[in-house]
Amino acid sequence: MNALPLVRALREPASAATLDVPGWNALIAMARAERLIGTLAFRLADQPLPPAMQPILADARIDAERESRQALWEADRAAEAIKPLGLPLLLLKGTAYAAAGLKAGEGRFIGDLDILVPRASMPAVERSLLDAGWEWVKSDPYDDAYYRQWMHELPPLIHSSRDRMIDVHHTILPLTARQRPDAEAIMAEAVPITGQLSMLSAEDRICHAAAHLLADGDLAGGLRNLWDIHCLLKDVDAEGLEERARRHGLLPHVRQARRLAEALYGAGARLTPWDRLVRARLLARDGWGRETHKLLRFGFYLRSHWLRMPPAMLARHLWTKWRKGHRPA
Amino acid sequence: MRHSLFLKIGPATFRIGSAWRQPLDHLKTLYADYPAADGGITDFTVRLEPSAFLRRWVRPSIFITGDHGLADAAPMSLDHGLLAAEMGMNLQMALGWRRHLLLHASSVEKDGRALVMTGESGSGKSTLAAQLGERGWRLMGDEFALLDLLTGELLPFPRLVSLKNGAIGVLAAEAPSARLGPLLTGTAKGDICHLVPRADAIVRMGERARPSMLLFPRFGHEAAVRPVGQGEVFMRLTQASTNYVALGEPGFAALTRFVQAVPSHALDFRSGEEAIDMVERLWAMRE
Repeated sequence: MNALPLVRALREPASAATLDVPGWNALIAMARAERLIGTLAFRLADQPLPPAMQPILADARIDAERESRQALWEADRAAEAIKPLGLPLLLLKGTAYAAAGLKAGEGRFIGDLDILVPRASMPAVERSLLDAGWEWVKSDPYDDAYYRQWMHELPPLIHSSRDRMIDVHHTILPLTARQRPDAEAIMAEAVPITGQLSMLSAEDRICHAAAHLLADGDLAGGLRNLWDIHCLLKDVDAEGLEERARRHGLLPHVRQARRLAEALYGAGARLTPWDRLVRARLLARDGWGRETHKLLRFGFYLRSHWLRMPPAMLARHLWTKWRKGHRPA
Repeated sequence: MRHSLFLKIGPATFRIGSAWRQPLDHLKTLYADYPAADGGITDFTVRLEPSAFLRRWVRPSIFITGDHGLADAAPMSLDHGLLAAEMGMNLQMALGWRRHLLLHASSVEKDGRALVMTGESGSGKSTLAAQLGERGWRLMGDEFALLDLLTGELLPFPRLVSLKNGAIGVLAAEAPSARLGPLLTGTAKGDICHLVPRADAIVRMGERARPSMLLFPRFGHEAAVRPVGQGEVFMRLTQASTNYVALGEPGFAALTRFVQAVPSHALDFRSGEEAIDMVERLWAMRE
């Protein structure tokens, strides 16, 4: 079994009517494991449901509302902290979708607060956040140095009393990645949400989501990220998106993301063999919420490191981490 | 998963999957008199998985997880499989339940009125509730008390009572051995033995009660009763609740009402008999 029932229920909520009891139990477990239960609850809101499903989805909606409220409050606090710098708070991902009321934000699980600031402003932003009560999560000097030299973000900060994390980015991909998105252009074309908050342009939102899904990371949580892309695609025209993706060097990734979003959540698309492998990885989840296809998952885990670093650097990094006792999950 | 079982406890339903047969066989025996939840949509999935590939067969070791889990949960020996399954269900309730304010407390009922007891592990709240449950009270639960957000009523969650160390002998002297599970020795909390609640507690597990008294028992101290101020009660109950923050404003409103309506006492005691006397006296004196 794979996560297709979840994908089908999101794509076509009316299809849920055909589920039997084991089917519903599998759907809930998959949706929770993929952190899509809130989104599913919104999608199924107007469907006739078995009575036992109502409270389960109502709980998920309550959780999603709290997520969104908390995320917006966190954004408000961060905006307040950097206000003296004269910068708007440029929101990325979940918090941006929630703040702007985008469809991708409906019921979405929101983890950390992700923001984008000009690289030159990083030290000032870091100081302002530390002054306002955020503190370092990692104390390991190697990790800290690694973040500062090679990543596209500061080491994660956590707020001392609210216990929420903030990731301060200066671009949308690690500096070690092969693609070099144009961070200045991304910031220049940001669009305001409110007086203090702004978000990426419609095209850049997709470029970022596609880069995050396909040029970085091991596709964990990929079904949710792909759902974001599916929703975000409604706000752009194909030509403008292609042009923008080309400028960032992300055209193949954006095209692949579109094919996959169409194939899983839309009307269908022709997939390449490589697309099919990614699709299989995205769907590697069974009706108990367990991860399946361990080998495929491990392959994508290795790939995520390969994408981030040239081979010699990767070898040195893995050796350092291994000595520190880190083992792949 | 290879083996599975459905359980209903109070308002919550569970689907438990296990890589081994043994933990579920124990559950089946001990939950035999609970209403069947087979074939229904369940609120939570619990999984008992091998902690590593070979650990299914070689020195079998259980990783407890499910819809909600803790990445750093310590693996458990298969000999403690029954405990692992119970912990798996508790984990789902603690992390995932949103329909009521969940208090880490035991509760018993008499004449439609509930006595709630909360405190740290080792305070004696669980043992006291189990003993009262054998002596004319209806056991509502030894671990979680569920407070209705709108009506302020208490809902039962009468899972198996988890008796630890000295409490095992105390209850073995009062309850028939047929209601006791296997003795699990050498767990992280010492010896553990599960007790099936009395039949009335199981049959009436859908029956709510109005909370009428809150106690903070403390085992191992000179007998004493002290009033506890509303401010302190409120703070201690926010700490005793796993979903107070998650519920937001409705949780705050429900807890405020509870604290204002329910008289509270701290209760120090050195033995069960002493505590039961004190509880009965306080109960008789309440307005």
